[in-house]
Amino acid sequence: MTVLAGLRLASPVVVAAGCGGTGRELAAYGSLDALGAFTTRTITLDARRGGPVPRLLETPSGLLHATGLPNPGVDGFLATELPWLLQQRARVVVSVAARSLGELAELARRLGTAPGVSAIEVNVSPPDTGPEPELMSAREPFQVGAAVAAVERELPRGVPVLAKLRPDAVRVVEAARAAVEAGAQALVVGQALPASMPDGRAAGLSGPAVGPLALRCLVEVLEAVDVPVVAGGGVATVADVRARLALGAVAVQVGAALLHDPTTAARLVAALDPDTTSEETPDR
Amino acid sequence: MSAGGPVSPVHVTGEVLASKRIGAFWHLTLVAPGVGERFRPGTFLAVSVGSPDEGRTRLARRALWIHQVRPLGGYAATVQVVVEPVGPGTRWLAGLERGDRVEVTGPLGRPFALPKEPVSTVLVGEGYAAAPLFSLAERLRERDCPVTLVLGAPDEARLLNALEARRTARAVTVVTRDGSVGARGEIADVLDEVLRRAGADVVYAAGPTPVLHAVALAAEAHGAWSQTALEQPLTCATGLCHGCPVPVVGEDGVARTARACADGPVLRGDRVRWDDLAGARS
Ligand SMILES: Cc1cc2nc3c(=O)[nH]c(=O)nc-3n(C[C@H](O)[C@H](O)[C@H](O)COP(=O)(O)OP(=O)(O)OC[C@H]3O[C@@H](n4cnc5c(N)ncnc54)[C@H](O)[C@@H]3O)c2cc1C
Ligand SMILES: Cc1cc2nc3c(=O)[nH]c(=O)nc-3n(C[C@H](O)[C@H](O)[C@H](O)COP(=O)(O)O)c2cc1C
Ligand code: FES
Repeated sequence: MTVLAGLRLASPVVVAAGCGGTGRELAAYGSLDALGAFTTRTITLDARRGGPVPRLLETPSGLLHATGLPNPGVDGFLATELPWLLQQRARVVVSVAARSLGELAELARRLGTAPGVSAIEVNVSPPDTGPEPELMSAREPFQVGAAVAAVERELPRGVPVLAKLRPDAVRVVEAARAAVEAGAQALVVGQALPASMPDGRAAGLSGPAVGPLALRCLVEVLEAVDVPVVAGGGVATVADVRARLALGAVAVQVGAALLHDPTTAARLVAALDPDTTSEETPDR
Repeated sequence: MSAGGPVSPVHVTGEVLASKRIGAFWHLTLVAPGVGERFRPGTFLAVSVGSPDEGRTRLARRALWIHQVRPLGGYAATVQVVVEPVGPGTRWLAGLERGDRVEVTGPLGRPFALPKEPVSTVLVGEGYAAAPLFSLAERLRERDCPVTLVLGAPDEARLLNALEARRTARAVTVVTRDGSVGARGEIADVLDEVLRRAGADVVYAAGPTPVLHAVALAAEAHGAWSQTALEQPLTCATGLCHGCPVPVVGEDGVARTARACADGPVLRGDRVRWDDLAGARS
């Protein structure tokens, strides 16, 4: 049984923010209620159209992405996307980012009281903040702490706040400590790697290429803090999941692998389910 | 018109049943259980580059129109695709042989909307992108819709199935840029004349963005509906990544952003904001 910050999850396999569409597209390949959780793409106070094309590029064993975080805004999300996800009995973690601490607090108030939201994941350091009004992206530990605290203060009991950290092996431990001190009940390690599009636009790098880097961050954070940690970055195979759980992560997030094979999460869920003894799920 | 809702896709490990070079294209026949059964004209499939056992080095999917679905070699619904090798992924596909395995997701996207009445239709396709038009023509004929085909290509080697076209359609116009077959020129040059002669009520088009834009404009000028099948660079092709924005105008007149893969690939030509779409100008 996977327990994350007091939440009982059906599986340790969680869909990473921005890699499961609105949920509807992913549901074609496996029911959402079997997942540990579905993390929404990052939701902002106002709707965002997203950045110019190309938004994604293929790199060796990786994907570069500068989507500009398109989303319908919190009102649109609550009206059209959340109800459908809840109908599917998905466990919903809402990812948030904002232009200011005040906006973050407002988002937390709105989402924390919305029935069915299991947790809030603060995207404290988005690697691409987009051409629209730029979003906050924490570089310093105190900024991480401030963002987490702004959300934590507004959330009712029972709705934990998760901090999703930038996988910077040198500074991730400081960021992790700051997040925990500010009230983060769990950490996600981590976000996509800060990278750049060929034209110089800020981007994130994800996929198997970043797995070992993210793993180093995970190990350092696990040594430093006592809260549960969700491992993200480069997870694609059953072996990837087992390695992270063995090191002490309570769950994993699957992102870019879903864009390559939309059944990845469903396959990993099935392979890790202690009740199934399927021989049919090789390490791929 | 009966609007095309999204079809429900499957993800399977498919197998190459046959591969045949015709002109500049490779015609691949795939066994991909579930894909052909769900096919509707205008939907596409996505393949992964690299053998399923080799792991993940190229993460983006490659989109291909579903050309034909037919029973073959004991399989109820094999799927035919037409590949023009232009880069690493399509070259890898062209190199596949009978028995090779390939990860396939499909059918994807919203198909062409079909008219309820027996109206006059013109189908326009350039290069490999004419692939979805032949099965579309069959469905239209079943509905007693007169079909006129316009096929374009840079040259004869990249003209798809011109012979078959004559069996499928009442009238066929062929245009090549180098004049190696049919009229010399661009599809855009002949549109007005063809639409006028056919008395077109609906125009269906698949091809590069400038062709689609020209079709949308010509259709509007003739008071016809247009259904344009867009090719935009896709990454996941399944609606997950939001990487394929298409600027559109909604039913309510409000400007929005659609996803080429999940809300398209077929969109009403008068709903696309062509001037804001990357690649719309040639
Ligand atoms: C709906 C749809 C249907 C298509 N049908 C066919 C078909 O039937 N036959 C055929 O030969 N080609 C088709 N294409 C184009 C084909 O998908 C691209 O040529 C192919 O992805 C290029 O991959 P590559 O590795 O060979 O070349 P590269 O140009 O090196 O591709 C690299 C990257 O760019 C993306 N990309 C580049 N050009 C395109 C493009 N025009 N469209 C989409 N993605 C692109 C690829 O997905 C990949 O991520 C279709 C495209 C779409 C969107
Ligand atoms: C196309 C795309 C969109 C993403 N959108 C978001 C987002 O909205 N919010 C967020 O916190 N992370 C976003 N991410 C980052 C992923 O959630 C994940 O943390 C990262 O990609 C590393 O994991 P991976 O290697 O499994 O993809 C996005 C990643 C990709 C590839
Ligand atoms: S290509 Fe990913 S959403 Fe369209």
